[in-house]
Amino acid sequence: MGEIRLMKGNEALAEALIRVGCDGYFGYPITPQSEVIEYLSKEATNRTGMVVLQAESEVSSINMLYGAAGTGRRVVTTSSSPGISLMQEGISYIAGAELPCLVVNVMRGGPGLGTIQPSQSDYFQATKGGGHGDYHLIVLTPYNVQEMVDFVKLGFELSEKYRVPAMVLADGAMGQMMEKVELFDQIPRRTEFPEWATTGKPHDKERRIVTSLFIEPEVMEQVNLRLQAKYRQIEAEETRFQTMNLEDAEYVFTGFGLGSRIAMKAMELAREKGYKVGLIRPQTVYPFPYAIYRETAPKIKGILDIEMNSGQMVEDVRLAVGDKTRVEFYGRMGGMIADPESVLKHFEKVYLGVE
Amino acid sequence: MSNLVEVPVNPEVVQDQFVVYKKPKTLTDKPLHYCPGCAHGVVHKLLMEVVDEMDIQDKIIGVAPVGCSVFAYDYMNIDMQEAAHGRACAVGTAIKRMMPDKFVFTYQGDGDLAAIGIAETIHAANRGENMLVVFINNAVYGMTSGQMAPTTLPDMVTTTTPFGRDVKTMGYPLRMSELLAQLPATYYITRQSVHNAVSVRKAKKALRQALEYQKEGKGFCMVEFVGNCPSNWRMTPLESQKFVEEKMTQYYVVGDVKVPGGK
Amino acid sequence: MTEEAIFAGFGGQGILSMGMILAYAGMIENKEVCWMPSYGPEMRGGTANATTIVSDTLISSPIISNYDTVVALNQPSVDKFEEKIKPNGTIIYDASNILRPPTRKDINIYGVAGSEIAIKLKNIRVLNMIILGSFIAARKTVKPESVYEALKKVLPERYHHLLPVNQKAFEEGMALI
Repeated sequence: MGEIRLMKGNEALAEALIRVGCDGYFGYPITPQSEVIEYLSKEATNRTGMVVLQAESEVSSINMLYGAAGTGRRVVTTSSSPGISLMQEGISYIAGAELPCLVVNVMRGGPGLGTIQPSQSDYFQATKGGGHGDYHLIVLTPYNVQEMVDFVKLGFELSEKYRVPAMVLADGAMGQMMEKVELFDQIPRRTEFPEWATTGKPHDKERRIVTSLFIEPEVMEQVNLRLQAKYRQIEAEETRFQTMNLEDAEYVFTGFGLGSRIAMKAMELAREKGYKVGLIRPQTVYPFPYAIYRETAPKIKGILDIEMNSGQMVEDVRLAVGDKTRVEFYGRMGGMIADPESVLKHFEKVYLGVE
Repeated sequence: MSNLVEVPVNPEVVQDQFVVYKKPKTLTDKPLHYCPGCAHGVVHKLLMEVVDEMDIQDKIIGVAPVGCSVFAYDYMNIDMQEAAHGRACAVGTAIKRMMPDKFVFTYQGDGDLAAIGIAETIHAANRGENMLVVFINNAVYGMTSGQMAPTTLPDMVTTTTPFGRDVKTMGYPLRMSELLAQLPATYYITRQSVHNAVSVRKAKKALRQALEYQKEGKGFCMVEFVGNCPSNWRMTPLESQKFVEEKMTQYYVVGDVKVPGGK
Repeated sequence: MTEEAIFAGFGGQGILSMGMILAYAGMIENKEVCWMPSYGPEMRGGTANATTIVSDTLISSPIISNYDTVVALNQPSVDKFEEKIKPNGTIIYDASNILRPPTRKDINIYGVAGSEIAIKLKNIRVLNMIILGSFIAARKTVKPESVYEALKKVLPERYHHLLPVNQKAFEEGMALI
């Protein structure tokens, strides 16, 4: 058993960043995740010597992340929706240069300056690109404070395994709420770095170049083919999800992050009323767990997808099930949060004809 | 190698004692893509000569910009990173913070450093990042073929100032060295040129000085080069050198702008 | 056992810490806990609230539609949350502060004179501990000892000299039920 603490999501994430042996954090304050840089500024440098740098902007943060990741170090930035939008160019460069690193998005409502209240409206941005070019991030969606910790570790491991940047896609509620969390033990910072890292040209070896520029289209296509091959492998091997009560389920509620928590409560309320409802909760939204939806679809009467947006992940759910089952959506936007009773009412209305 | 003609060498001539000039070993054999007469080639060479002389090829990491020198890493035989447009100082900052015992430099043009990347430049300077910024100021956007730069001289004609830069609507040329020299955290700021033999020798000393300061952990150093762009200035290389001497260095005065202990 | 509670009042009344202390006490008793504050501009002087769930089993949603217990320290909180209490649920409110008390017949209503006790103790800032005492006496969600333990964790060490007055306040609050 690791150390058990009651922690706010943002602080638990920051603590996990220290414990995972992070070498550097580059970030710019933005609500609702400024606790991360505050916590790190107080704790990190004294404990592990980790560099914590408050940059002049998110644009600078993400480019610092690029430079630091290029030295083979474990590095991270965190922000919230508008800041993540600013970072998209840099994220595309990081993907193109095949640098492992972690980007955390504690989402708030948009578009534009939006609101500081929790939202899940950056699903498309996180999973379908965001920046320019054919690339993907490995996107993990924590649904409790424990996963805010666990996905820091998993995110780095996957990112480093594939040299694909990873994102923790959380939301304001995950960042602000407190839960019991088990922390993993301190992992020492690394002292040896990968072959490809720019740490100074070894005498007996070729120099290393970190770049996303391949001006010859023939070469650029090869780079793209290599990236796509990695994405196919990630899709085959790294898809993660959780299910509940699928055995006897006639209906399935689904959602990611906070949406899946609300879906879970709505499922409990539904079961109290005798409705056989199960739950599918993706933990990775890229790669998306299409298979579990596809396999479940013929056995059930319908799916209700709950998100804090206008219906983003639901497109992947529909893609997965095709016409094998009915898919309905319930969402709130702009920082408003769906409450479980309303979800249940919506379910009763659309599937059971109960007003 | 089949399309290369083997040139017979006369062993009596190719002897070390007859060598009067050779390229630094830290430059690769790749032919430079720069236009004839361009300052980039000279500055690349000077920088790599200093790397050779300080014997730090294995301890230095360079950051290339977006601009004409986007392929700097093809020529410099050291570990390098290619930054997004304007972000070299952010990238350089992080590399240095991760490896404080290594040497770090950024190599940037005027559009990269003084337009799109001015925030990163000023903040890296203001934090006193212990790195070297090599700044090539040729008063024009080279790679995109001749548009106005933040450093374009008043009344100078470019493809986006076809009637000359009107300072009333387009602003004045930025003197980046003077601007950065005001920040308390900058240590050594100097403006050099490479338009004649004397200036080349002085410029090399400045680069060496800046890297020595970095070795001592003194902080942010910038060597600005008043460069030329014969192609986009629509001049011959010689005319462009003359323009540097007669016009550019009138506005961008060559010499140390900030030295340790004040000036 | 699952307790789905919300603590609500003005910013500055110690609303968020009440929930946090309860969550901490729950954790000390090895229960599952979840504390979800309202955050944003309302933290700066407006109304604030914190949902706190303590349970023997896995907690699903931190966002809930209806509460077992509402703790209200001002009028707007009574007005807003009374209707969201489950049948047979509980509301505990600061009777010294509230002019229009709850009226529902299907819930347990405790109006406690929290502010008066706080004035008697010459420390209005312990109001939250008094009301938390009433909450624990009424609901028995956790043991008082666990609350005292939790207080030590939640209060920064530089304020530990205030532990006795807080504990006293808690006991006075329990006695009000």
